[in-house]
Amino acid sequence: MADLEAPQSKTRDLDKLLLRAGNLVGPDFYPGAELRDDIRDYVRVLVVGAGGLGCELLKDLALSGFRNLDVIDMDRIEVTNLNRQLEDVGKPKAEVAAKRVMERVSGVEIVPHFSRIEDKELDFYNDFNIIALGLDSIEARRYINGVACGFLEYDEDDTPRRETIKPMVDGGTEGFKGHARVIVPGVTPCFECTIWLFPPQVKFPLCTLAETPRNAAHCIEYAHLIKWPEVHGGKSFDPDEPEHMKWVYDEAIKRAELFGIPGVTYSLTQGVVKNIIPAIASTNAIISAACALETLKIVSGCSKTLANYLTYNGGEGLHTKVTEFVRDQDCLVCGPGILIELDTSITLQKFIDMLEEHPKLLLSKASVKHGKDSLYMQAPPVLEEMHRPNLSKPLYDLMGRVQKDTVHVFGTALKNEEKQSSLTKLRVVFKGADGVTDMDTAIGA
Amino acid sequence: MVKLDRICREADVKVVFVRSYGLVGLVRVSVQEHTIIDSKPDHFLDDLRLNNPWPELYSFVETIDLNVSDHVAHKHIPYVVILVKMADEWTKSHSGNLPSTREEKKEFKDFVKSKMISMDEDNYKEAIEAAFKVFAPRGISSEIQQICNDTCAEPSSNSSDFWVMVAALKEFVSNEGDGEAPLEGSIPDMTSSTEHYINLQKIYLAKAEADFLVMEKRVKNILKRIGRDPSSISKPTIKSFCKNARKLKVCRYRTVEDEFSNPSVTEIQKCLADEDYSGAMGFYVLLRAVDRFTANYNKFPGQFDGGMDEDISRLKTTALSLLADLGCNGSVLPDDLINEMCRFGASELHVVAAFVGGIASQEVIKLVTKQFVPMLGTYIFNGIDHKSQLLTL
Repeated sequence: MADLEAPQSKTRDLDKLLLRAGNLVGPDFYPGAELRDDIRDYVRVLVVGAGGLGCELLKDLALSGFRNLDVIDMDRIEVTNLNRQLEDVGKPKAEVAAKRVMERVSGVEIVPHFSRIEDKELDFYNDFNIIALGLDSIEARRYINGVACGFLEYDEDDTPRRETIKPMVDGGTEGFKGHARVIVPGVTPCFECTIWLFPPQVKFPLCTLAETPRNAAHCIEYAHLIKWPEVHGGKSFDPDEPEHMKWVYDEAIKRAELFGIPGVTYSLTQGVVKNIIPAIASTNAIISAACALETLKIVSGCSKTLANYLTYNGGEGLHTKVTEFVRDQDCLVCGPGILIELDTSITLQKFIDMLEEHPKLLLSKASVKHGKDSLYMQAPPVLEEMHRPNLSKPLYDLMGRVQKDTVHVFGTALKNEEKQSSLTKLRVVFKGADGVTDMDTAIGA
Repeated sequence: MVKLDRICREADVKVVFVRSYGLVGLVRVSVQEHTIIDSKPDHFLDDLRLNNPWPELYSFVETIDLNVSDHVAHKHIPYVVILVKMADEWTKSHSGNLPSTREEKKEFKDFVKSKMISMDEDNYKEAIEAAFKVFAPRGISSEIQQICNDTCAEPSSNSSDFWVMVAALKEFVSNEGDGEAPLEGSIPDMTSSTEHYINLQKIYLAKAEADFLVMEKRVKNILKRIGRDPSSISKPTIKSFCKNARKLKVCRYRTVEDEFSNPSVTEIQKCLADEDYSGAMGFYVLLRAVDRFTANYNKFPGQFDGGMDEDISRLKTTALSLLADLGCNGSVLPDDLINEMCRFGASELHVVAAFVGGIASQEVIKLVTKQFVPMLGTYIFNGIDHKSQLLTL
């Protein structure tokens, strides 16, 4: 089909969606060349994770009109990773991913960040229009979810304020299964709202490991969870340290021989200890494509978006399903924030102590931030010392003597008997404070 | 599509059609017949035969006394032993029948529970949870029965290895199997002393091996009968067939020509009227309408910016006439979908292509490796609300 009327343009196909009006579109869709150009010139997307999903996401976004991308990943490439060239083994995943996609797609700028997601300032994340996640752990998702939802502010009638909404698109895969979901803080459920979706990890009962092992996995976990602490005391086991892994393997073999159990291999040892589930390139391609598509639709409004959770299973035939989950109104992360009523005399130190006792928080070693100001930081030592004098001051004063405002607290929370990094939003209201407050200064700096 | 499909079908070449059009797409597999031994289903019941124990299992179970006085030993008797014993006691007092009514099943579970001497006996808890395996019907599933009754199960010199083995399976089930397929051989993990567990494992492995040897013999005999070399089907292949005998799958696909000339009218009508399927079915119809449009007007609807209204109206007419040909005169296609189709203007978006391309490559992998089960139907990708569907047409 020769296109006789219009000259061939790189954006010929995208233009049909971005420049033409439609009926099944998003609520704020303004079709036109300006929209396409704005996406190209101004929109910034962060891809979290540069693994199987992250690399696909970068490529998909680069080929969908986005020009300003960042990618963050703390790992280096290993031999076992898919879709890599051997020469790249040992290099940071983020850097190689950025380089490869920039080579393939002219004009795209990708800034790689070889770092842990926790090591970035909140401001870093705030600079992006939308965050796309290609992660492999619940903890990492929870963290980013906490950050993105942390930007969310509510107005007087508990309606989310639009300009503070930081949307996320999250994808995950496991063998032939995968999911893609859209998270619009304050509107759709956030990651925390639907945390019950994730079944608890399978753990073998201790008595099986200790007394009646029956299969190879039992022998391996015995060596990993029981024998290692017995022999190595305080030294924690590092699954990425080959010597540690070899030690566990040797012990597992001994145990297996003792009980006459076959099947312990080095590769099984790695799989059991690291909980490895094999990755399939096509599943990653499918899920990332869905996520990238949603990113384009959310940013441009060129079509209705996924509402809000897509599951995919390609092992037995093909099954895809959309479920519309509902927000948890009392969500600690994307809700207006847990209400904490305080006396104006309470010191910052007392406030931090209270967080540890609070039944819904159980947050220890808390750092406190009010808007852009850090009131107290647990680490690094230099900053801790700098902020230490604040501890004895009343929180009311530190917060500028406003009657109520939002603070963010970051520390270690005890959730399901496990310690996790946690970033939570709190609504602080001061009792007995002067009700006549200048509303302009009430909302953080 | 029709032409290519016909050529490939005649040459016995598997085809996977993929299409990316605006925000929608299509994936369609077309193969005369695809047989699978290694279907690897996600969830499949283990083959413990608690409802039909064989002599060796029975003898082993007899050597274990449930009423052992040592508490540790008592709670380390595997549930297989518990259930086989209790099922046996039950049948003896119920004219040789296993529990079948709701009340009987409850009674049986209570019966098992009554043998617990303390609350921390995980083996008994597992037995109660696994009691349903005792109530399960004996013998092979209706799906496997259907495969055994298939016309291809009559072996001839043209029969593929799969069908030769199915013929052997059919013989096995009617003779040595006594209604059952060869034993799979593996057992799930369960609370047990290491010794009991390993002994139990050995018994299941031994029976699986014995069943395999019978199957091997039958396969060789059938091969001889149809004039083939009796060793032409390898031991590992037969072994794998035996292990997966309960999970076999046969996939057959209509030709595209047949799909077009003999449409599944009720299915199409039903989907167009269903809230969750109307989008996908609508786009299926529109993708075909678009091809008709192109044949008539030598361009795709909405391909060029000018003349959009005219294209929309023409596409609508084309779609309605196609619906009439599909026997669905009364059915309606929402205007929104028709408008969207013209808006797409035959554009190809990378992300949509990547999605359907990923699906298609997955299907190719399944077809080539003969593992896992390919999609049985036409997949319509709906990138607007992601209410994509697998349509059986």
